[in-house]
Amino acid sequence: MNPPSSVQRRDDTLRSGAESSSVSFVVNGARHDVELDNRTTLLDALRERLKLTGTKKGCDHGQCGACTVSVNGERINACLTLAVMHDGDDILTIEGRAAADQLDPMQQAFIDHDAFQCGYCTPGQICSASAVLEEMQAGFPSHVTNDLTAPIEITDAEIRERMSGNLCRCGAYSNILKAITQVAKERA
Amino acid sequence: MRAFSYERVSDPAQAAARAAEVPGAKFIAGGTNLLDLMKHEIEIPQHLIDVTGTGLNDITPTSGGGLRVGAMVRNSGLAADPRIRRDYGVLSRALVSGASGQLRNKATTGGNLLQRTRCPYFYDTAMPCNKRAPGAGCAALGDGATSRQLGIIGTSDRCIATHPSDMAVALRVLDADIETVMPSGKTRRLTLDEFYRLPGDTPEVENALEPGEMITAVVLPAPVEGRHAYYKVRDRASYAFALVSVALIKTPDGSGRVALGGVAPKPWRREEADAALPKGATALMERLLNGARPTQENAFKLTLAERTLAALLAQE
Repeated sequence: MNPPSSVQRRDDTLRSGAESSSVSFVVNGARHDVELDNRTTLLDALRERLKLTGTKKGCDHGQCGACTVSVNGERINACLTLAVMHDGDDILTIEGRAAADQLDPMQQAFIDHDAFQCGYCTPGQICSASAVLEEMQAGFPSHVTNDLTAPIEITDAEIRERMSGNLCRCGAYSNILKAITQVAKERA
Repeated sequence: MRAFSYERVSDPAQAAARAAEVPGAKFIAGGTNLLDLMKHEIEIPQHLIDVTGTGLNDITPTSGGGLRVGAMVRNSGLAADPRIRRDYGVLSRALVSGASGQLRNKATTGGNLLQRTRCPYFYDTAMPCNKRAPGAGCAALGDGATSRQLGIIGTSDRCIATHPSDMAVALRVLDADIETVMPSGKTRRLTLDEFYRLPGDTPEVENALEPGEMITAVVLPAPVEGRHAYYKVRDRASYAFALVSVALIKTPDGSGRVALGGVAPKPWRREEADAALPKGATALMERLLNGARPTQENAFKLTLAERTLAALLAQE
């Protein structure tokens, strides 16, 4: 649609010699300009380049959810996306959730309900859970939603289904469910 | 993962032209399947063309009373669109039965159609696979192979992999079309049935796309009135691929349409089988699964498909 800018981009790619690219994104409110090997996932860029190790690497194949972060307000698996594809994006990780000493409500609820044992999956659980509440509020249906056109009810089944992309090897699921339910009800 | 060069394009025709021109080029959109396969070195592109900025992000009404879904519309947004929830319930249901919330936020409409099989032997690079390495043989057909998840119909002596998409099964029952753009800039439109290929002797060829050709949209015809349902049977309650799934649209006069997932290399529907729907699940499946060649391990899918449809029909 816009030939001059497309041609410009193409030239840039050819000039850069191809196997690395520069990318700028905002992480937890701070802008970062980095040159990265094209293969770098967003997860590795966060952990290895920006040293934000709160986001965890579990399976590295999108199956466990430990790497869940928010990009432009939506939860995704940071392991299954290339960092170079996030130019201009606004990324929120677990490190960006607390304001100074004040934990965000989901973080506090996980502590209140003892919703973890080893804690490795917890950053991903919290990032995912926060997004789940927003998705429910926005009317996103799930596999267990009875009426596709009605507002979403906050039920155990809805929360469990929506959290199925986050595994917890310690099996803290019942307390994770309690923590999320508490925040959901506070908000409702 | 092997090294590759990367570029962003802003126009679909330009994307197609570049894909035809650069050796070893592949499109990337959501990347949730492609990156996984690149990590396993099953896909080894030399160049990635990022098509997320091609402006195909909208769902717009068509002159025929249907909807045109841009290829970059994400699975979560498509499932949640009020028009889809109201008029194309089977599609919304199929979408939310697939993957996880995180993946659906990334996965695109075009990419979902192009995802590769989850056959364990396709993923295991130590095993022969005709789809991954044409001519190598098919480990899934070997003695003692685990074929429980694999196909029962439309398969061949070279490959018994299934197509993993839930979305595509719903699109097949809705009679959706696929719009593409070629490297020349020419566009074309295919039915979903024309789009997907059966494996035959060339299981590596999965669809009708020509080199460089890019999916730009899925076109949904005007809504089909009636009951829309999608019943997915799997080994766990969520976030798993189908053993069998049934997409059903039952119109008020008792006629309807059925497509199956989890049983074939493409969404499986036969219009002549639909005609038997008023007679019940057994009669329909006799026609829909006629000619099936299951393995010993997955013959249960024949019964499961029939019972899954029977269960759906009994819910009325």
